[in-house]
Amino acid sequence: MSDTYREMWRELNMDLEKHDVFLGTLPVAFGEVFLRQDNRPAGMAYFDNALAEAHGGRIQEILAGKKAGRMVAGTFCVFAPEELVFAVDGISIGLCGGAQFTVPTGEQVLPRNLCPLIKSAMGFKLDRICPYFQAVDFLIGETTCDGKKKTWEILNEYVPTYVMELPQKKGAADLVLWEGEIHRLKEEIERRSGREITADRLASGIKMANARRDALARLYRARRADPVPISGKDALLISQLAFFDDPERFTAQVNSLCDELEERIARGEGVTRKGAPRILVTGTPMALPYWKLHHLVETAGAVIVGEETCTGTRYFAGRVAEDGQTVEDQVKDLARRLTAINCACFTPNKDRVEDILRLVRDARADGAIYFSLQFCQPFGVEGRLVERALQEAGVPVLRLESDYSEEDAAQLKTRIEAFLEMIAS
Amino acid sequence: MSLTAGVDIGSLTTKAVVVRDGRMAGAAVLRSGVDSAGIAEKALQEALEQAGAGAESLDGIVATGYGRIRVPFAQRRVTEITCHARGIYHLWPEVRTVIDIGGQDSKVILLDAGGKVRDFVMNEKCAAGTGRFLEVMAGALDVPVEEMGAFSQQAGQGASISSMCTVFAESEVVSLVAEGRPVAEIIRGLHNAVAQRVVAMAQRVGWEEPVAMTGGVAKNPGVVKSLEETLGTSIRVPPDPQIIGALGAALLAIG
Repeated sequence: MSDTYREMWRELNMDLEKHDVFLGTLPVAFGEVFLRQDNRPAGMAYFDNALAEAHGGRIQEILAGKKAGRMVAGTFCVFAPEELVFAVDGISIGLCGGAQFTVPTGEQVLPRNLCPLIKSAMGFKLDRICPYFQAVDFLIGETTCDGKKKTWEILNEYVPTYVMELPQKKGAADLVLWEGEIHRLKEEIERRSGREITADRLASGIKMANARRDALARLYRARRADPVPISGKDALLISQLAFFDDPERFTAQVNSLCDELEERIARGEGVTRKGAPRILVTGTPMALPYWKLHHLVETAGAVIVGEETCTGTRYFAGRVAEDGQTVEDQVKDLARRLTAINCACFTPNKDRVEDILRLVRDARADGAIYFSLQFCQPFGVEGRLVERALQEAGVPVLRLESDYSEEDAAQLKTRIEAFLEMIAS
Repeated sequence: MSLTAGVDIGSLTTKAVVVRDGRMAGAAVLRSGVDSAGIAEKALQEALEQAGAGAESLDGIVATGYGRIRVPFAQRRVTEITCHARGIYHLWPEVRTVIDIGGQDSKVILLDAGGKVRDFVMNEKCAAGTGRFLEVMAGALDVPVEEMGAFSQQAGQGASISSMCTVFAESEVVSLVAEGRPVAEIIRGLHNAVAQRVVAMAQRVGWEEPVAMTGGVAKNPGVVKSLEETLGTSIRVPPDPQIIGALGAALLAIG
């Protein structure tokens, strides 16, 4: 790592020694998981580099923006209306929360029987090894689950955390509540950035977020081909980086990768043989740098052709209407996105089952893996209904629960291989 | 004539079976160890000796179990789920549910009429309800693990064991001993606890009759009895339930 970066991290008040240990583990993991894949698309080079520079070049960029007066907001959830941040030319970044490394520290202030995503995120802040956490002006939390909701109160002691109340149903009254929450966040962002959110500015924010959604939807369409032109691991990495990268540059890069993938499809070229078992993953988010499940599945000879997760289709679900003329209308349009994202925090959540069945059909999946992080109540409980619906539709389904540690890798591997043997027979 | 072998490296034991013309011709069970490849080879040697054959005449070897990747001489690796299903199908083609309790996990496997795996479920990442769980408890009670079954049958009722976590259940057992509860009742309670755990998995996957049981824990008649009582059906146990995975592997190595 260059001295410039070290100086930058020091200025961000990071724990340099711990950060060195953390970063030291990543190149090995990345090499094993990603670089050994056959026939990777050339366009992945940009994303490999984006990951390599996640704690370096990208932070430099963000700090330069901050110096120039741009507001920096951290988010945790696909419901955070980033359009409002974009509207004030602010920087919106998703936060770190996918590593076992910080879980023990998170457990110093949080219960052990809490989902690893929350514990890891908290640990990143307490350990001071996430430069994003150190660079943000404030965080936008939401009440998707009890674990997160109560964690914001503790996190707020370390970094200002603004909490949006996310409704748990999708009725008219819930939309009114959410619309109000977006208005209140708008005021908070205006206050913090010192810029007014006008209809013009919000319109360009909406366009920017939509363009990113469109690019990711295009990437997912490319994954329907057999042989599949890109591995599930690479597609997951792209989804994970969507939370961190500059949105316009990211969108352009995803689109140019899609050009390459579409050419591959036209040539019948893929990363696996035609007819390789195709798996749809559905369940909880997989935050950077969590690649365990994808790596196990793809090492076993199958390919993941889609993720119905927050680091998958739920991230780009709900294109926002672009024809709103007034801020009032635009906020209404933003609020409506709530109805398009089928997260297990809602009750009932029947549309998620429809989404999964549609994705299985579209992606021509041979089976589905229902993946839930340990102690995630909403997704853990909802698994029963999804599992039954898939079985009724004749789709083989494997339920897995895991965390960020590697200790259950052998058990998961056995289940995954047995599932693939079952599908193949 | 065909001669094939299956090697099953489990967390506690390593099993080898040799099959000649579709019939079992030799079998061996050894304790697993650090040198898994060496132990696998030794088990295979023993099974081959029983079959009166040499390694050079083998047409194929399939490895299964946790150590399946560490069997350098196997041509193919198949999970123990598929192998247990295949082994039981060979013995009793009418069986629809296999309960396999091994050293570090328990599984419930559903078979279709052709002996294929229709669905399966396995315990989550801990030793609750496994052979390892019983081994730890046998240690805490100072009873040889192979005598637990006989002990439990002396008890009129089982002590109530509320925790299925190996760590917590061990301290629960220690307190029951301190309270003066008869060892037989405690063991029966442990067997009931394992049975409840496994039956919950069986219900989840939708088990059907007839039911067979494989894996080392099937050698414990106390667990089998508790399972039969909880499920409300009789359970078939092969003469040597530990080797069914290796038998299935050897059968899968044919052609």
